[in-house]
Amino acid sequence: MTLTVALLAGVVFGVGTYLILQRTLSRVLIGLAMLGHGANLVLLAASGRAGRPPLAGGDPAGLADPLPQALMLTAIVITFGVLVFLAALAYRSWRLTGSDDVEDDLEDRRIAALHPHRAEEAA
Amino acid sequence: MTDLIALPVVLPLIAAGLSMVLMGRLRAQRVLALAASLSTLVVAIILLVRVESEGAAATVLGDWPVPAGIALVADRLSASLLLIAEVMLLGVLLYAMGQRNTDQDARFFHPTYHVLAAGVALSFLTGDLFTLFVGFEVMLMASYVLITVGARGPRIRSTMTYVVVNLLASTLFLTMVGLVYASAGTVNLADLAGRLETIPPATRSLLGAMTLIVFGVKAAVFPLFSWLPDSYPTAPTPVTAIFAGLMTKVGVYAILRTRTLLFPDEGASALILVVAGLTMAVGVLGAIAQNEVKRLLSFHIVSQIGYMVMGIGLFTLAGIAGTILFVIHQIVVKTTLFLVGGLVETRAGTGSLKRVGGLARSSPLIALLFAPAALSLAGLPPFSGFLAKFALVRAGLDAGQWVIVGVSLAVSLLTFFSMAKIWAGVFWGEPDAPAERPGASPTRTMVGATAGLVVVGLVIALAGGPIYAFAERAAADLLDPAGYIGVVMGR
Repeated sequence: MTLTVALLAGVVFGVGTYLILQRTLSRVLIGLAMLGHGANLVLLAASGRAGRPPLAGGDPAGLADPLPQALMLTAIVITFGVLVFLAALAYRSWRLTGSDDVEDDLEDRRIAALHPHRAEEAA
Repeated sequence: MTDLIALPVVLPLIAAGLSMVLMGRLRAQRVLALAASLSTLVVAIILLVRVESEGAAATVLGDWPVPAGIALVADRLSASLLLIAEVMLLGVLLYAMGQRNTDQDARFFHPTYHVLAAGVALSFLTGDLFTLFVGFEVMLMASYVLITVGARGPRIRSTMTYVVVNLLASTLFLTMVGLVYASAGTVNLADLAGRLETIPPATRSLLGAMTLIVFGVKAAVFPLFSWLPDSYPTAPTPVTAIFAGLMTKVGVYAILRTRTLLFPDEGASALILVVAGLTMAVGVLGAIAQNEVKRLLSFHIVSQIGYMVMGIGLFTLAGIAGTILFVIHQIVVKTTLFLVGGLVETRAGTGSLKRVGGLARSSPLIALLFAPAALSLAGLPPFSGFLAKFALVRAGLDAGQWVIVGVSLAVSLLTFFSMAKIWAGVFWGEPDAPAERPGASPTRTMVGATAGLVVVGLVIALAGGPIYAFAERAAADLLDPAGYIGVVMGR
């Protein structure tokens, strides 16, 4: 069971990594959400074998480990807050520039403009 | 005394809540901010004095049994960094109140600033890996808000980079916490120190490498630094100043803590020294290429982080002590320099080296404030930067690491060169091109706050001997963590 969770975490991490390498802010946003879920799955896998009783029932020593789940709850809240902030920022960026793409770095553009061919293109 | 340890975190959080209630009533918010900042400063002083006389102390929130409960620990390192951070927070707060359009326009400046203070204090004091994550997040969340206050086009772009990179590092941090818990069964730092020795060496190395990468992004070491010079210069001066002074240093603190307590014998010293040398060199070369005061100084943040990492890489008593002294010196000097940069921008209407000139004649006071901080950054005697670099270089020579010593000395020279570039561009001569908008004279509060921080820097230089002796005691505590572990586990 833990292997399933571990594999799932790997796939989620892979999808997230692919998405944050995209140029579009909305995809980057979803990618970061995926990575957050991946991290939470790792925490879930850290809490041990699945199927153990959470609160009562059976042997008290065989109860599920509550600590990683408490950590997960905190982490979910934090990731959610930051993602909402980022979504607002992406929306503001879209309102200001009219495009959802990540812009080039100013410095990069300045250096690229030094190249003769690029300077002609820009002109 | 143990009850006091939670106060530097709790006081700013209470103040943040009250400040939200007082939204729109600027005067009340300001009084509250000063009261909170001063009282936290007093608590930090008491903590440092007590820790120095009675040794480290710990408290567990909610009185839970130890490995599960959240421990807050004050030892020499965390108490001294907390004190210097509180001094900076107060100085920058005064500057922000003096600068027009900082807290008047942004009504949520004060609440957010309190939250930032709480996050920094929590990161320094926590004895728990997950709470360290929470402390970082609290601090970063506040920083995201502060850096976007009133942001327009280009600032939105650079802020985006800042948020995405830091969120990515935080996700990695969370994954690392999960893996640590899976392999060692605890996230309490003191408990981990013992348990990590029992797990397979390969797993331990992986966890050690992950901590280095995660905190490397936060501390902006080579090659993980490129988000920093891109985003910091765009924010308003007080925000940039407090970020420059504190945020990356919290990352360095985390590296220092985890290296000494969790992974003391990982054999990564050679790698860390290479990273330190490259961080210094790339940072200073980037700085020399800049033509804008704040951008130039931002690259210097990166360059100086290299020195701190160098001491950690040496991993000797003298090296760690040098790092602690260097962090204390850097927090003060970097904050001061950014505040002076802000004064220049206010006075001249721009921070571009080509458009400012002759400020030494027109505003000799700003030149007077810039000189000691800049010379200290370059490491000239008798300023604090000289003492800190001397300590690190001597530690490097004792350890026989000639290459890193050579690199650090060469970088010092280049640092001096770039400071001279600011001096020649801003304070001497005439501007090449006139500024786009006319300057205004900085308010007395702004100049007073900057002057206060310059004096703090000079005090560190004057008290260099005792402070270095203190740093040595703090380094001895770090290299022999039995005391730290005993205090936490004995609770």
